[in-house]
Amino acid sequence: MSTEKKLKRVIIEPVTRVEGHGKVSILLDEKNEVKQARLHIVEFRGFERFVKGRPYWEMPVLTQRLCGICPVSHHLAAAKAMDIIVGVDKLPPTAEKMRRLMHYGQVFQSHALHFFHLCSPDLLFGFEADPAIRNVIGVAKKFPELAVQGVMMRKYGQEVIKMTAGKKIHGTGAVPGGINKNLSLAERDILFKDVKQMMEWSLSAVKIAKDYTVEHLTELAPFGSFDSNHLSLIRKDGAMDLYHGNLRAIDAQGDKIFDQVDYSDYRDYIAEEVRSWSYMKFPFIKQLGIDNGWYRVGPLARLNTCDFIDTPEAEKARKEFMAVTSGKPNNITMASHWARMIELLHSMEKIKELLNDKDLQGKDLIARGKRRETGIGLIEAPRGTLFHHYKVNENDQVEMANLIVSTTNNNEAMNRAVQKVAKDKLSGKKITEGLLNNIEIAIRAYDPCLSCATHAMGRMPLVVEIIDHEGNLLDRKEKS
Amino acid sequence: MKSGKARVLLIGYGNPGRLDDGLGPALAACIEGLSIPGVSVESDYQLTVEHAHDISNYDIAIFADADTSGREPFYFNRLAPSVTSGLGSHEVSPGEVVSLALTLFGAKTQSYILGIRGYEFNGFGERLSCLASRNLESAVDFVSNLVKEGNFEEAAEEFTDTGKACVEICVDNISLN
Repeated sequence: MSTEKKLKRVIIEPVTRVEGHGKVSILLDEKNEVKQARLHIVEFRGFERFVKGRPYWEMPVLTQRLCGICPVSHHLAAAKAMDIIVGVDKLPPTAEKMRRLMHYGQVFQSHALHFFHLCSPDLLFGFEADPAIRNVIGVAKKFPELAVQGVMMRKYGQEVIKMTAGKKIHGTGAVPGGINKNLSLAERDILFKDVKQMMEWSLSAVKIAKDYTVEHLTELAPFGSFDSNHLSLIRKDGAMDLYHGNLRAIDAQGDKIFDQVDYSDYRDYIAEEVRSWSYMKFPFIKQLGIDNGWYRVGPLARLNTCDFIDTPEAEKARKEFMAVTSGKPNNITMASHWARMIELLHSMEKIKELLNDKDLQGKDLIARGKRRETGIGLIEAPRGTLFHHYKVNENDQVEMANLIVSTTNNNEAMNRAVQKVAKDKLSGKKITEGLLNNIEIAIRAYDPCLSCATHAMGRMPLVVEIIDHEGNLLDRKEKS
Repeated sequence: MKSGKARVLLIGYGNPGRLDDGLGPALAACIEGLSIPGVSVESDYQLTVEHAHDISNYDIAIFADADTSGREPFYFNRLAPSVTSGLGSHEVSPGEVVSLALTLFGAKTQSYILGIRGYEFNGFGERLSCLASRNLESAVDFVSNLVKEGNFEEAAEEFTDTGKACVEICVDNISLN
């Protein structure tokens, strides 16, 4: 009790430039030594209840409401689960390839947006630069070519989504058992027009991320970094596959914890822990337990888990990436940006490959099978592995839904990143804007999507509070 | 600007799965249904950087969003290029979209924000509250008359909400040393 009286709490709320609402609290003692740092998340509660009782075929459309930035991931994960519900284990080639094209468009636009407009201000202006310039407008003014690339790449990805899902947002393309449209030749030709430019920009983006990481490796290597397990879907031959595969988990040294696990058995391998101070659960690998079983998902994890990438330019980039850690898993949190750009390049190569595939103009769009009760669908969303799990009753109503979103999978890792940076950067120092931003930079490396929080105007002030252990407000700072 | 030939883009944004936050897309759907010549309509969950490119091809941009505390049934404000320093997420503010359009594409698009008052935001559900629905009807009438008349500046004078005018930092104040 006497020790607690000497602690004070710093709260950063919400975390800037991540989706939705989050709050970082740092518990300091009287010498400004960090005793505890936590990322509190207050989202996703209620959605599983909201879908209960709704007809199963609505899920691919309804679940897109979860997120304004990666609705396609929810659309496809739900559709994959509903494929199982309608008894379909294998889609017609046109349906699967249309969905894949949609997904690569989604990954492409999401990664471009994150790199060029969310993370680049930190990289281009420095971690502790004045926030008045360290933002998207600052990048636009000082690096207009890069900013335009980011805008146009995001737009291109959105066009891919529009032509595969029917609309840029709230698309209806994927339906239980297949897809509701193919890609017309006119649509294909529109997308083809920009392929060369998008490939050039993707290669350039990888180079920017690589050069930055290699050049700053000494500072970046310890920044918010720690050894961890990594998890992702993987193709049967060990290739990276963002749309479908089996589960693989490796430890920090690259040894396999499990491999080629059918994801419909995920509950035998993954469990979730609830902690009183956050609404977001903490998933972990059962066989390793709560303390050691937490893992990372997303671009960094996927680069670490895969044996190779099946597109030539991205594979070349992967080899360079892995060489930094001599072929062992890369546990450098800030290397996530480089990994993300390799995936951006891979997605563009895949888009190009698919646009050349005549199956996209096929007419066989939907398969049917024998109705089942339970459906589980997983996908590698831009931010990591996304789980959708449903139980449907005899009246075709959803009886149970369980979603483990990518950001939830990274919950423990983000908390550790916050803790690490807080201890390294804040201890014994004056709390400045730049120092606080270091915390946010570590979180941003995971590109967290803390949900499609209601964003109506006037709701997002940045509040910094210092509170002692008894709840007394010692200081408060607000940015608007 | 008062011109019947102005090219107008209306972007209604918000999450229709979050109750009254769906006011923007609901307005967009209504206006699209009216098929008004010269008026294009976009709908999205949130504003992002590519909207800067979208608006750069138009004379007038109207950003329609739900508002938690503005005047009822809606307000209509002129929008200046701006940046919300240190704030934001994957989404950008309407002022940032205008700023990006100007900085990156040299756009001189005259832009306005239409804030429709909503009341219920906390929870999931694809419905509008009764009061929000009433406000939506008023906003639809307002916009359909506005784009036909072309009296944007006069309307912004009449329906402005001064309480919403200064929430952002003027982009001209950003130094890039």
